[in-house]
Amino acid sequence: MPDLKFGDAAPDSEECSAIDALVAAPTLDRRGERWVIGGRTREQEARHLLLPGLHALQDAMGWISPGGLSYLAERLQVPIADAYGVATFYDLFHFDPPGSEQPVHHVCVDPVCAIGNSGSYIAELRAKGALVHESPCLGQCERPPAVFIQAKNGASSDLSDIAQSPAAVAADGPLRLLKRIRHMEGSDLQTYKRHGGYTALQAAIETGGAKIIEVLKESGLTGRGGAAFPTGIKWESVAKQEALPKFVVANADESEPGTFKDRMILENDPFSLIEAMTIAGISTGCEKGWVYIRGEYTTAAQRMDRAINEASASNLLGAGILGSTFNFDIEIRRGAGAYICGEETSLFNSVEGYRGEPRSKPPYPTEQGLFGQPTIVNNPETFLNVLEIVNYGVDHYRSAGTPESPGTKLFCLSGDVLHPGLYEAEFGITLRRLLARAGGVTGDLKAILLGGAAGSFVDSRQLDMPLTFEDTREEGLSLGSGAVMVFSTGVDIATVLTRLAKFFREESCGQCVPCRVGTVRQHEVLTQISNRKPTTREDVLLTEIGSVMTDASICGLGQTAASAVQSAIQLGLLR
Amino acid sequence: MTRDTKTDVTFSLNDLTVTVPEGTTILEAAREAGVEIPTLCWASNLTPVNACRLCVVELQGSRTLVPACSRECEPNAVIHTDSERVALSRKMVLEFLDTTNDLTESPDLQNLIDRYGADSSRYSKPKRMDEDVKIEDDLFIRAYDRCVLCYKCVEACGDDAQFTFAISMAGRGSDMRVSTEFETPLPDSACVYCGNCVGVCPTNALQFKAEFDLRQSEDWDPQRQTSTDTICSYCGVGCTLEVHTQDNEIFKVTSPSDHSVTSGHLCVKGRFGWQYVQPPTRRSPTNH
Ligand SMILES: Cc1cc2nc3c(=O)[nH]c(=O)nc-3n(C[C@H](O)[C@H](O)[C@H](O)COP(=O)(O)O)c2cc1C
Ligand code: SF4
Ligand code: SF4
Ligand code: SF4
Ligand code: FES
Ligand code: FES
Repeated sequence: MPDLKFGDAAPDSEECSAIDALVAAPTLDRRGERWVIGGRTREQEARHLLLPGLHALQDAMGWISPGGLSYLAERLQVPIADAYGVATFYDLFHFDPPGSEQPVHHVCVDPVCAIGNSGSYIAELRAKGALVHESPCLGQCERPPAVFIQAKNGASSDLSDIAQSPAAVAADGPLRLLKRIRHMEGSDLQTYKRHGGYTALQAAIETGGAKIIEVLKESGLTGRGGAAFPTGIKWESVAKQEALPKFVVANADESEPGTFKDRMILENDPFSLIEAMTIAGISTGCEKGWVYIRGEYTTAAQRMDRAINEASASNLLGAGILGSTFNFDIEIRRGAGAYICGEETSLFNSVEGYRGEPRSKPPYPTEQGLFGQPTIVNNPETFLNVLEIVNYGVDHYRSAGTPESPGTKLFCLSGDVLHPGLYEAEFGITLRRLLARAGGVTGDLKAILLGGAAGSFVDSRQLDMPLTFEDTREEGLSLGSGAVMVFSTGVDIATVLTRLAKFFREESCGQCVPCRVGTVRQHEVLTQISNRKPTTREDVLLTEIGSVMTDASICGLGQTAASAVQSAIQLGLLR
Repeated sequence: MTRDTKTDVTFSLNDLTVTVPEGTTILEAAREAGVEIPTLCWASNLTPVNACRLCVVELQGSRTLVPACSRECEPNAVIHTDSERVALSRKMVLEFLDTTNDLTESPDLQNLIDRYGADSSRYSKPKRMDEDVKIEDDLFIRAYDRCVLCYKCVEACGDDAQFTFAISMAGRGSDMRVSTEFETPLPDSACVYCGNCVGVCPTNALQFKAEFDLRQSEDWDPQRQTSTDTICSYCGVGCTLEVHTQDNEIFKVTSPSDHSVTSGHLCVKGRFGWQYVQPPTRRSPTNH
């Protein structure tokens, strides 16, 4: 008798085949074996298949049943209460029978889509009898109202395939990062190679990792996922670690409201991400890479998967890449609806099959990251910059931007601008010029939310601020993920603020008290204030809620959950 | 690294110079120096999860406050355990808990609420953890409206003690709860009734049934209670038991958390095996 108890619910045959296809029955001989020895080993080997297993059940049945979960948990030797705890962490898993074969329409109700008529779209869908779930930002803010259709048997879709692709991709100055994306010139291997693909990897194999890290450090490249940490230093510290194995992770969980750049990269230029991750691997001694893609990005995941297969078939992944002695493989992990899984340590837990709760730092990922091993985590945009630097050198790279913010940046423009879309510009471009590139504001400008929900509001007084790390830092702002959400005077900012507060309330992982309760209290006070100036009592309360979240939360989610609200109050946007 | 090569760390704690062995947490160093830091989710017999954030202190040069219970002392650090920033954070954490949970059976938290001036009346209609008491057996009850989600029971049931994994955190954010799979009642779950979860719960959310019955019948009276140490007679391990009685009737059995054998944890026999001394039918008419 095994020591773990998995419950009595029996699985359906469809559930069994979904799980059997993913993970074989354990070959361990368990006779007379204590679970703390045999079972524990099995758990460590197999637990990372929990999230794919949950996807398999949801995809086959439209929900996760007690029988299905119990079958999966037993197969992986994961305690069933734990498996339930993990499954209920994610928005895309359901625990009641759907009651119909209809797909679920997840419609975005975050600010850009809210002003882009998601309300009437939802009403229309409901009138037609569709199943609708209100969703946080779906990363399609350039085409509101955004929808993600969750269906069974691999039929889920974010409609990127049939959207006019790719919507408004433009540059101020020469295109660097977006040069292939604009015409989808990176979507299959031959075209990718014709447009300069794989020259950087060849060069990296020839010059060696030490040189690559040197060049990265000289380039001044910093992370584009929000924290702006120097990439060369991150790679160097992983290269120095002696523990093996080591991992490279591309963080494409992209769920910051107003941000859609990584989706466009993965959909239209997947090989560039593969090439850059491979360079990271050979430069730092990692032989395994993971791409963590948010669950709603179905098109991106399919194209990434296809590209990985194509690269593997052409000796660009796998053993002895391009005839060298280097080995590198990439595996995809799909998220399942949780903004917090973009936080790097939460992402590790998610991949490993645990609840996506952030870990405390230190230790940092470069020392103990994925599976407790040294790990490089970078944003896809950061990886794309590496190719530019390796291909064209430091001087060329630094010829754009400012000394402290060299190179170019991707900006996601959405909301009240004429041409919402993805824009590449040199660091130092002003907000005014960026808005002009997007065809200007439709109506009169009221406020811009810079950096997403975790960012801050600015108004017309800050239009001439150069968009660089140093200038925004000086103003107490942050470029964050590069989201620029534009609101005209027609927009009710109070509603926007309440929605942002709700976003944090719903996306908090719940682990720490300041954020789990603080985000709820902040939302409650804002709902009570609605559209007027806060009273002194409310103002003090919001400030104090904000300060404990900022000061005492474990991770960046709680630490920035008051930022937009506080900036809106300071700008006098509530009146 | 062997013990004798372990180096010492010298740093400043509330303007005092303190030296401790490498690897000591700020909390341990502070207690050694006689500086008090409140804790909630920390326990000496469990791995720190640093989730409640009641123990945060100010570390010079750090953007945010740091949790004393799990952060190790660093050379030359400058730490303040009672600055204004720290006091504000603690007050807010206490207000957050007090507006969410029933803390009437948590005297330590009540004292802290007074000390930090936490004022729950500032919040209008805060969302609370409202849940009915779960009474599923005669051994212990679960009153999750008192649960502050400190992870202690989950750790005790899992790899910090029991390795049964009957309960886990489930859900996310403000919907988070301690739960079995699909909220299956405990008797049908993997639970083996060791009671270790009850032993570590800081808010009486988990409570032995005998204690619960006494409190329900308003007969609960700490004045009439005593605790007697004995050794469990069931097996050869020899766990120390603390038998708690009121008017000579047992209402709970615990073990000291610093005990070298048990670390405070017991098995079902030591925890509940007293019923042969005192059949539960005497107090719980529901049990036959
Ligand atoms: C709540 C939260 C969500 C995050 N989401 C993302 C994300 O979707 N993508 C990303 O690259 N980084 C995200 N980050 C930042 C990551 O933790 C990490 O800093 C980043 O992936 C490092 O890559 P970089 O150095 O290339 O920026 C998030 C951070 C927090 C606190
Ligand atoms: S700050 Fe929020 S999201 Fe981060 S660990 Fe705490 S509860 Fe979770
Ligand atoms: S009594 Fe023991 S086995 Fe049951 S939930 Fe509590 S710790 Fe787990
Ligand atoms: S039931 Fe008790 S021990 Fe468990 S999380 Fe809640 S407060 Fe902590
Ligand atoms: S997709 Fe709706 S706001 Fe981003
Ligand atoms: S006691 Fe340190 S965070 Fe809870």
